[in-house]
Amino acid sequence: MQVTNKLTPFFENLNFERDDNTMVINFGPQHPSAHGQLRLVLELDGELVVKAYPDIGYLHRGIEKMAENMTYNEFLPTTDRLDYIASTSNNYAYALSVERLIGLEVPRRAQVIRTMLLELNRIISHLFFVATHALDVGAMSVFLYAFREREFAMDLMEDYCGARLTHSAVRIGGVPLDLPEGWLENLATFIAKLPEEVKTYEDLLTENRIWKMRLEDVGVISAEDAISWGCTGPMLRGSGVEYDIRKEEPYELYEELNFEIPISDRCDSYGRYLLYMEEMRQSGKILQQLIPMYGKTEPQLMAHSPQYISAPKEEIMTQNYALMQHFVLVTQGMRPPVGEVYAPTESPKGELGFYIKSEGEPYAYRLKCRAPSFFHTGLLQELLVGTYIADVVTIIGSTNIVFGEVDR
Amino acid sequence: MAQHQVNYASSAGLPVALTTVDHLVNWGRSNSLWPLTYGLACCAIEMMASGASRYDFDRMGTIFRASPRQADVMILAGTLSKKHSEFARRLYDQMTEPKWVISMGSCANTGGMFNTYATVQGVDRIIPVDIYLPGCAPRPETLQYAMMMLQKKIRRESANMNKNTKQRMV
Amino acid sequence: MRKYTPKDNVQGKSYYTDRFWVAPRVPSEAIEVGSHFDEVVKALSKEVTIDDAFVQIGQLRIVVDAGENYKTLQVLRDACGYKMCSELSAVDYLAQDGEFEIFYQMLNLDEAKRVRVVCRIKEGEAVESIVPLFKMANFAEREMFDMFGIKVNNHPYLKRILMPDDWEGYPLLKTYPLEGDEFASWYEVDKIFGKEYREIVGPENRDPARIDRYDSQRFSRVGYEVPFGEKIDKENEKENPIEYSETLLVDYNAGSKILEKRR
Repeated sequence: MQVTNKLTPFFENLNFERDDNTMVINFGPQHPSAHGQLRLVLELDGELVVKAYPDIGYLHRGIEKMAENMTYNEFLPTTDRLDYIASTSNNYAYALSVERLIGLEVPRRAQVIRTMLLELNRIISHLFFVATHALDVGAMSVFLYAFREREFAMDLMEDYCGARLTHSAVRIGGVPLDLPEGWLENLATFIAKLPEEVKTYEDLLTENRIWKMRLEDVGVISAEDAISWGCTGPMLRGSGVEYDIRKEEPYELYEELNFEIPISDRCDSYGRYLLYMEEMRQSGKILQQLIPMYGKTEPQLMAHSPQYISAPKEEIMTQNYALMQHFVLVTQGMRPPVGEVYAPTESPKGELGFYIKSEGEPYAYRLKCRAPSFFHTGLLQELLVGTYIADVVTIIGSTNIVFGEVDR
Repeated sequence: MAQHQVNYASSAGLPVALTTVDHLVNWGRSNSLWPLTYGLACCAIEMMASGASRYDFDRMGTIFRASPRQADVMILAGTLSKKHSEFARRLYDQMTEPKWVISMGSCANTGGMFNTYATVQGVDRIIPVDIYLPGCAPRPETLQYAMMMLQKKIRRESANMNKNTKQRMV
Repeated sequence: MRKYTPKDNVQGKSYYTDRFWVAPRVPSEAIEVGSHFDEVVKALSKEVTIDDAFVQIGQLRIVVDAGENYKTLQVLRDACGYKMCSELSAVDYLAQDGEFEIFYQMLNLDEAKRVRVVCRIKEGEAVESIVPLFKMANFAEREMFDMFGIKVNNHPYLKRILMPDDWEGYPLLKTYPLEGDEFASWYEVDKIFGKEYREIVGPENRDPARIDRYDSQRFSRVGYEVPFGEKIDKENEKENPIEYSETLLVDYNAGSKILEKRR
């Protein structure tokens, strides 16, 4: 039998029996609807939440510290593990900030592939949101339906880069691979089916009486609060503020694409849920426009910049200078110019950006990851106050936080 | 008057199965392994995927439980940070015997790519692990295979847990 | 002589840098007269003293005095429409100047423009909290305190956020090694089992390629199999005639047959 250990009973420092009739409960860090490792200490008066302290850091892995000890290309796979539901959006955000730092132009085919992967990741992430949010609120069947559809999207990602979850599908200066044969046809089949599937979920949820009762007027964030708390993405647009980085500060091909930014001024969880559903449709629409664009591009995949980016494999194998450059870039790493950059992108969760401070060394002097979920978690301490304990799970689900990027 | 006399010796045999207690108990244990949903990081998503539509874990008698008191297996899916390590041990202590641990993913096995100050370098430093599952992140098939390996392991064990308890680490 | 390693910065360093290599700089542009950023700088200079202001990669970078950070952000928010602060954190320059650089990344939602306000503080100094202006600073300043040990005045709840409360050291300082110090490496063992169990659990393995030939619990045995957990050591290691590694290994000392033939 196991030996007893030194752990003392937990919460000995918290006073459970209080004079003012409130009760303190602990939620997490291991809780099926904590979306990872959120720990909440809630002070309850009856069923009402009086105070909420979100406690994070249970998944802190020192990713920012790792960035200071890794060359720029080495660090790229680590960004997969930030928002692990949509890995490519992290890879992309990181690659974009390094590209802006060194001033690279990415070839058009790489841009098309990147935009495709980003939107596919948005669909994967939103499907996951609908699945887990519905599961938390109590609709088990939606979880199974949404995960079925998500698997098809994951198959597409797997065909492209070989991984289901940790893609590393974007490189600094382009993409590593061209699309495999038949991939575009598979993608077309997938997005042709998508609106139908989204409609299935909407039929199950949107007019569902229980769903409406659980979500309507729960977790109301006013526009001022959303801005002050640094909310971005669907959390901000769900409060009636129309700000999408894809439209306002366009990157990649978003300028040329025709899509709409859904907003909702309901400010509650239900409005945000409707928004996610609409965003999935818009992503499908974007992907549809991207498929014909792919055929009109030149086959170049990586930017040509011998100082920073290795030449294509063929050149490395045939030309001496390319081989030497490649050797230096692999052993020493690229040295971006001295300066700092902050490049915002619209990840499925909100504004994801990397602040990079370069001192001209192959290692970043400081890398700060601006993760949307971090600030959405901060909002919980105000949002949860005054709600019922049963709504806590709904609100956490509706903020769509991922702890890989909250704690980094 | 026995109207339905059955000749057990000639037809389907006696309605008696001879077995050992070990075998019977282990048959029961191995076919209803209830894991604790201990999703920590990226691997938790693959753990959910293996419980969902395509991979369908339920057919193996594996139903995820949210409470350590009802669980037999702890699937440690993801990076265990130093801040969390205390809770991992606490949850392990709360599970009832017999209990097994699957360490899912490179991070849980050895710390993986996170060779940093904040990551526990292998969960076997704090809890005894039965199955190590490599990969970053392991595919759902791999988790199912690990579960099958664990079933095999349980069937080999003695039903009396005292007997086969290895020198349980601390 | 042993190679000198500086103690004030233990982060990754390039093993070779050309003597004549001069790092290029990201071009910084002057502010165009009449542009949006020009108005921002004009509005700001009425209230605070701006040490430096230029545009870099499409974003305005303003250097102000650390004592005036609150005032600057207030003017930015109320007069220039920078309603959202998207990020704030610090950069460690203790080794170079004994200072921290603190940056505030601001966003104007109407114009879609970004401004970075930068200020520097000496080691041990504190900055004014901007929580009354932007509530997002509540978590962000706590993180800055947790990672760098920078104190923030008038913060409602300044406490460690990512690391445990009883953690020692500030992880993102340049003096803090990536693998952590001794406290970090024994943290979980000390906490769960106590210090006396350090010897039983053993030190952390930070070498991903380490294989212990005599450990039959964690590693499979090369050559012949042994039962799980069997104790083997160098002295009573069993001789096995079918140890395959010996048949596969090339004996480089034996000399080459072909070469001998040619001789």
